Amino acid sequence: MPAPDLERRISQIMREDRGRLLAALIRSLGDFDLAEDALQDATERALIHWTRSGLPTRPDAWLLQVARRAAIDRIRKAKRFKGLANDITRLMEEDEDARSQAPPEIPDDRLRLIFTCCHPALEQKTRIALTLRTIGGLTTKEIARAFLDNDAAMGQRLSRAKAKISAARIPYRVPDRADWDGRLNSVLTVIYLIFNEGWTAGPGEAPIRSGLCNEGIWLARMLCDLAPNDPEIEGLLALMVLSHARARARFDESGALVPLDTQDRTLWDTALIDEGLAILDRAVSRRLPGPFQVQAAIGALHIQAETPEDTDWMQILALYNRLLALAPSPVVRLNRAVALAEIGALTEARSALNALGADLADYQPFHAALAELARRDGDRLVARNAYETAIRLSVNEGEKNWLRAQRDRV
Amino acid sequence: MQYLALIYAEDGAGPQYGTPEFEGYMAGFFAANKAYEEAGVMRGGNALQATSTATSVRIRDGKTETMDGPFAETKERLGGYYLLDCKDLDEAIKMAELIPTAHHGTIELRPIMEIPGDG
Repeated sequence: MPAPDLERRISQIMREDRGRLLAALIRSLGDFDLAEDALQDATERALIHWTRSGLPTRPDAWLLQVARRAAIDRIRKAKRFKGLANDITRLMEEDEDARSQAPPEIPDDRLRLIFTCCHPALEQKTRIALTLRTIGGLTTKEIARAFLDNDAAMGQRLSRAKAKISAARIPYRVPDRADWDGRLNSVLTVIYLIFNEGWTAGPGEAPIRSGLCNEGIWLARMLCDLAPNDPEIEGLLALMVLSHARARARFDESGALVPLDTQDRTLWDTALIDEGLAILDRAVSRRLPGPFQVQAAIGALHIQAETPEDTDWMQILALYNRLLALAPSPVVRLNRAVALAEIGALTEARSALNALGADLADYQPFHAALAELARRDGDRLVARNAYETAIRLSVNEGEKNWLRAQRDRV
Repeated sequence: MQYLALIYAEDGAGPQYGTPEFEGYMAGFFAANKAYEEAGVMRGGNALQATSTATSVRIRDGKTETMDGPFAETKERLGGYYLLDCKDLDEAIKMAELIPTAHHGTIELRPIMEIPGDG
């Protein structure tokens, strides 16, 4: 196979199988760094070997075996600790087993891997970075660019995390049923934050940023396969798919943000809408409500309205009340206040907003909502000031442009 | 793996000595001790006297300097510790949750360094 084709094939294999291979290697090596290095060695050898003798029948099994041997070499070279002799013996036995029989299916340990990467003993941002690096296969540089961070800081963050996992003995394990909900929530939050980071990226930004939306959806789909029939995983997937269905309508040609009520609904992706609604139906039929399912249901109500005026705001308000009971937060209160305004309860909406001033002082959508309400109330001074604050807080040019246009309308 | 559970709380926070709440607080420690013994994780632990009794010692240029008070002036003071032998961090976190101070203070879990060739 010619080299460029082969390189493409290898990067495709790595995209599809990297997480699975890495998860299996971490399980047998008990060390994130060693596993990553060994897999890197194996891909380099694959390029040389496969150019000469063609693609093996099972490239993934080939890579796993070569990576395991590369790990043995690395441990031998390091020879730092006597204790590693046992590891070498065990690895060589695994290697012998692998050689003596047809390559077995590689067990899928990615569920362990993602729970470890999203362990609550790690900082939130670290969980995100580690998940993108180990499961998503993004490079440190790509992650740094995606989160507007510098390479060195991101590299340090990742290596500190890997060192802590091994030194503090964060277990490489799927949590018990008793701990499942809390720990799963940490995983789902990480995936949703990845998606949201992509969602807030403007059209002029590095493609890697908007690519985070697909990354988040891809991770949730993987989770659905690994832990089927979990309504909150399905809820999160539905939520992201339903949002993503509107992606093409979110910015106009000038790059300005188009809010939901003025979007061209013919640009919405009907295939994604159908898929999202079907996933949500499946989740809800399990009758175990959770915050992601409720958020997806709110998204579904928005997207099912033929026109903005058809939006069922009463139902949306009821769902926000539900969400407030399940997972109270200032942002949920803000969205509930917006729903109140939409059903005409302006006074109630304004007093709800005023109560949030301290919590959401630095949150752009809060000031935008305040401005819009004040404008409707004819309170022009408050409206203009709030728009100014929102513009100052916005980090996205398209959004700033839209906010400026709103301010000028007052 | 052994973990040192360092028990931090602000002075004056939590139940005060002589109140009925304090009895409940102490009962929490007895319950934790019992749970640790039963789980076989207990390797030691003590409460410390107030930081007003602390002395810090260091040697600079060959000369011993002593100072009145704790090493770091922080709002949260180290009040005691447990040494727990747990299978992993998840188990250590579960054990730390049993320390009643966790409700108003903070428990810091620090894995004990394993020195190769030792024991």
